Amino acid sequence: MSEVPSELKYTKSHEWIRVEDDGTLTVGITDHAQDALGDMVFVDLPEVGASFGAAEEVAVVESVKAASDVYSPVAGNVVAVNESLADSPDTVNEDCYGGGWLFRLRPEDDDLGGFMDADAYTEFTENED
Amino acid sequence: MGKQTALYQTHVDSDAKIVDFGGWDMPLHYGSQIREHHAVRGDAGMFDVSHMTVVDLLGGGAKPFLQHLLANDVGRLKNPGKALYSCMLNESGGVVDDLIVYYRGEDNYRMVVNAATRDKDMAWITRHGKDFDLQIVERPELAMIAVQGPNARAKTLPLLPDSIRDACAALKPFTSAAGEEWFVGRTGYTGEDGFEIILPPDQAVNLWVRLAAAGVAPCGLGARDTLRLEAGMNLYGSDMDEQTSPLEAGLGWTVAWEPTERVFIGRGPLDALRSSGAEKKLVGLVLRDRGVLRNHQAVLAEGCGEGEITSGGFSPTMEKSIAMARVPACTGETCTVEMRGKHAEAQVVKLPFVRQGKVLIEV
Repeated sequence: MSEVPSELKYTKSHEWIRVEDDGTLTVGITDHAQDALGDMVFVDLPEVGASFGAAEEVAVVESVKAASDVYSPVAGNVVAVNESLADSPDTVNEDCYGGGWLFRLRPEDDDLGGFMDADAYTEFTENED
Repeated sequence: MGKQTALYQTHVDSDAKIVDFGGWDMPLHYGSQIREHHAVRGDAGMFDVSHMTVVDLLGGGAKPFLQHLLANDVGRLKNPGKALYSCMLNESGGVVDDLIVYYRGEDNYRMVVNAATRDKDMAWITRHGKDFDLQIVERPELAMIAVQGPNARAKTLPLLPDSIRDACAALKPFTSAAGEEWFVGRTGYTGEDGFEIILPPDQAVNLWVRLAAAGVAPCGLGARDTLRLEAGMNLYGSDMDEQTSPLEAGLGWTVAWEPTERVFIGRGPLDALRSSGAEKKLVGLVLRDRGVLRNHQAVLAEGCGEGEITSGGFSPTMEKSIAMARVPACTGETCTVEMRGKHAEAQVVKLPFVRQGKVLIEV
């Protein structure tokens, strides 16, 4: 059973989103996603300052099994990336909701109504299997 | 639900991630395949390989049959217990399967072939065996555990039956010893020392549990794949298949050309290709850029031609991405790989990458 923190929002492509106090959004991949991908060996992150549209490819996580795109949940600018993952991509496996975060966006607007909460995401992953 | 080995419930109880492999429910890993990989390179790990197909060939026709069936020559096997790696070819010289055959006596051979190719292999062997005086006896009931790593033999020996322990301790690489029920080869598919143990299924769980208690790490198919890739060992269906000649799969060394009068299946086309020279070769690649090489990515050898990655992945030992690739014979020291729409530089190297815990290539 994978971990799904209640304070986060979730996408159908298995990213989690945390709204920070300053209004930026921190994005990572879920426990369900990291478990399905297996040991991470490489994370390709965007440049700070780059801007993306909603559902655009922002990052790539590569595990022993496969390469997987990570999408921008909303349109916005990248304000920070988790540079420590270059040396220790396995943090995504060990602590996907904490030290394994991927990037932080300043969204163009702050409507996150289209995303799932923890209960909805749990149900979504159960139905997916 | 697929077929299950005698160890299936043990894997489930150890929280293994189970995947389908050739119709079998097999463990992919028990938490981290990279940790399992390192256990084999640095200490000892074990694999349930009971899904592999064991076939005994018995009778006076067994030897002439195998000399007809296999591209390598069982006539080279003189001492009981000796093992031989070989390809089994079709009439066009493509690879039906690769296998290990153990010589147990002039009228007694044991073959271990791949699980995913079991049905076609048995059909092929049975069809061609009809003209020879032998019995072909599949042994699907037997379990098989591979224990691999620098400490594998030392950790396994105390757990073997008394009757064969001394014989197993004395085994040289690529030889085997047999008791009444157990069969132990000093062979493997990781590039490390170790044993492959064929045993009755009702004793498999007990051996597995005692090996685990002795500090042997359970390892899944994931680690098995990265270990064999580092060791430069081919995987059937990825690095060669029925459309691929062994000469274009890095397996020319497994073909016994002498004696020239031995006519094995596929010999004609193979002789012809050997004379004309193979257009492709199997090489190792080490990625210079960041990222991970994957199966089927296109390889461009400048001024020479195009090839393809047959097995790509991440090497936990080298902490770099590596691959096996079939490329034009004229390929030089570097090439370009098309990775997810980008072009990346890779160094072309001689296989294997790693043997006995040591990285053998300079990057």
